[in-house]
Amino acid sequence: MQRIGVFVCHCGTNIAGTVDVKKVAEMAAKETGVVHAEDYQYMCSEAGQSKIIAAIREKGLTGVVVCSCSPRMHETTFRKAAEKAGLNPYMVEIANIREHCSWIHKDMQEATEKAVILARAAIAKVHLNTPLKPGESRVTKRALVIGGGIAGIQTALDIADAGYKVDIVEKTPSIGGRMSQLDKTFPTLDCSACILTPKMVEAASHENITIYTYSEIEKVAGFVGDFTVDIRKKARSVDMEKCTGCGVCSEKCPSKKNPSEFNRGLGNRSAIYIPFAQAIPNVPVIDREHCTKFKTGKCGVCAKVCQAGAVDYDQQDEIITQNYGAIVAATGFDMIGLDKYDEYAYSQSKDVITSLELERIMNAAGPTGGHLERLSDGRAPKNIVFVQCVGSRCSDARGKSYCSKICCMYTAKHAMLIRDKYPDTNVTVFYIDVRTPGKNFDEFYRRAVEDYGVNYIKGQVGKVFLQPDGTLLVQASDLLDNRQIRMEADMVVLAAAIEPNPDARRIATMLTASIDTNNFLTEAHAKLRPVESPTAGIFLSGVCQGSKDIPETVAQAGAAAVKVIGLLAKEKLTTNPCTAKADELLCNGCSQCANVCPYGAISYEEKQVNDHGIRETRRIAAVNNALCQGCGACTVTCPSGAMDLQGFSNRQMISEVDAICR
Amino acid sequence: MSIEAKEIFKPRIVAFCCNWCSYAGADLAGSSRLTYPADVKIIRVPCSCRVNPMFILRAFEKGADGVILCGCHPGDCHYTSGNYYARRRMTLLFSMLEFIGVEQGRTRVEWVSAAEGAKFSRTMNEFAEKIYSLGKNVRLEDLRCRN
Repeated sequence: MQRIGVFVCHCGTNIAGTVDVKKVAEMAAKETGVVHAEDYQYMCSEAGQSKIIAAIREKGLTGVVVCSCSPRMHETTFRKAAEKAGLNPYMVEIANIREHCSWIHKDMQEATEKAVILARAAIAKVHLNTPLKPGESRVTKRALVIGGGIAGIQTALDIADAGYKVDIVEKTPSIGGRMSQLDKTFPTLDCSACILTPKMVEAASHENITIYTYSEIEKVAGFVGDFTVDIRKKARSVDMEKCTGCGVCSEKCPSKKNPSEFNRGLGNRSAIYIPFAQAIPNVPVIDREHCTKFKTGKCGVCAKVCQAGAVDYDQQDEIITQNYGAIVAATGFDMIGLDKYDEYAYSQSKDVITSLELERIMNAAGPTGGHLERLSDGRAPKNIVFVQCVGSRCSDARGKSYCSKICCMYTAKHAMLIRDKYPDTNVTVFYIDVRTPGKNFDEFYRRAVEDYGVNYIKGQVGKVFLQPDGTLLVQASDLLDNRQIRMEADMVVLAAAIEPNPDARRIATMLTASIDTNNFLTEAHAKLRPVESPTAGIFLSGVCQGSKDIPETVAQAGAAAVKVIGLLAKEKLTTNPCTAKADELLCNGCSQCANVCPYGAISYEEKQVNDHGIRETRRIAAVNNALCQGCGACTVTCPSGAMDLQGFSNRQMISEVDAICR
Repeated sequence: MSIEAKEIFKPRIVAFCCNWCSYAGADLAGSSRLTYPADVKIIRVPCSCRVNPMFILRAFEKGADGVILCGCHPGDCHYTSGNYYARRRMTLLFSMLEFIGVEQGRTRVEWVSAAEGAKFSRTMNEFAEKIYSLGKNVRLEDLRCRN
């Protein structure tokens, strides 16, 4: 018989406001095996924990139930407290009477009754708890960063500087990400390339960093401390060792009219190309879809002109398998597609562009050489209209419900740069709200309005008409003046919402990391663990977790790196002891459990058993505790009921059911 | 069903929630103060695939009026494939339960992610509403278990 102590937390008024905590303690005390019950203001506080420790010592408790907040919050706290008092930490169970009770019910009587039942269920479970001992697993001192944008680069640099090996896997032919496509950055108007390129070079030359560009994650297995990852290094068709980056191949390539991804399809590139001048590595890639040699078999110009003999048409994709202790997702973002927003005439006119396209047009290395001109006729636009919140803060299903966060600032930047360089251009911005919560952000926006004379109008654009002469007519509302506006424009710039990279979901699935309905990766705790995924060993960096600007991304990248370093610095990790275990007398070695195990943790061994006096050798399931993650799939599959999950055993679950239905 | 009748009938509703998605979704519903009836009691399981059909039968035997199983969305299981096993098992179990007279509305599987507090609350409200309309479960209950 267990000697159980029940501790009911008030959590200030969070619980005590709706639940009669004294009553809960009183009712719990009546349960079989409960020898101690008390309530306290804050059980998680130092004083609260010492109450638990004292009770364990004085009353010789063998089991503890804490009625408090979610076990996801303080289970570890209370287990550690029990351990201090010499009790096995797995003899502690939590009854969640805050998130699952006091916060969602208003009626005191109803909430109290429920809290009592939840406490009973936990008490019933503790009766069947057994002491468990965590195992140990090793830590591979190497980290993987998925994505080579500013988030990935910064995370990798910080980890590498601490002395650990890091691999960056980047899908495109060069690292640099979205930031490399930007012209200037707010709020200081630094040239984006000027601040990014040194970091790219540093990452490339760092002795602890290996960069796999034009590569993708193919498979992830394992768990925290010991992930095994297959990386597909796609065939570049150019030997990275031999290539000198001279660029003659792209110059001579006859297939030149391929849309440049780097310039958002506004300019062309050759079939063998280096995406942009500062690309790292400075090695071209053959786009096999557009290459004449691959399409028709006849060409081979690049191989002929390459003096280094680096072009290799027979190169195959290569799979690299590597072990990692930690993985950082830094998969970044893209702009939403605008096909659902055709009222802005994006598909009809070349002069309706997205902000990222404008960024390329303003860039000296962009499709227009940095001259602001209409893509339809090359004329300099005299009237430019910016439309904010295209797909952001959208109440219907076609857009995103969230604020993309960066658009207000980059639009102020664009408006300012245009007015600075082309003072006779009229710039109008239609906005719902201007949001500038960042250091020096509001000052920056006010400069755009006050010093640069940008015309801000609060209101939404309803429609953009393409007129027969090629100019655009913008129909909008002015909310402050309460009137409709019709305005001629030569160019319309849409601040399209940003969304997580389309690959985010696929990668999250491989990492078994949580993802929300908008495809942003979920953090372990919205406030307190913002750079960790709920899946141990997976960390988040940059926009893959939520919209953010460059300074925030860099800050988060550093934070993720610190978490990774903290993990890699450990020699051993303790493993979850709630693993499956086969009852050797019941197991008949049928292999059903091994078939459903996602981790390959179950094998079979010939074992001598003593079945009620009959000694014989039987084939019995053996669980590898280092591999078992404790999902319990095998327990339900087992036809003879031999497999059980420690900490969540059949009897424990049933006793909880019984307590709830009592 | 009228409000008065609802007050008289206090159903027992058991919700099995996987630790990684749905339990966290329920926590989010709590921290967002999204209400649902107190008749719903949550049992935490590591994964939806941990739920043995036996647990559900036991609940009905002990007088539960409805049982709901919540797990991660297909493809998002923390253990890669657990929720697929759960889905298959429950499909089979629920059709068998219906065959022996436990109405389909008394059993349900729902995918709730850690970010879907609102969905959790909505699902529980809907499910409880359904149980109110179905009334007391008389099938399967082992009368010897009644206090």
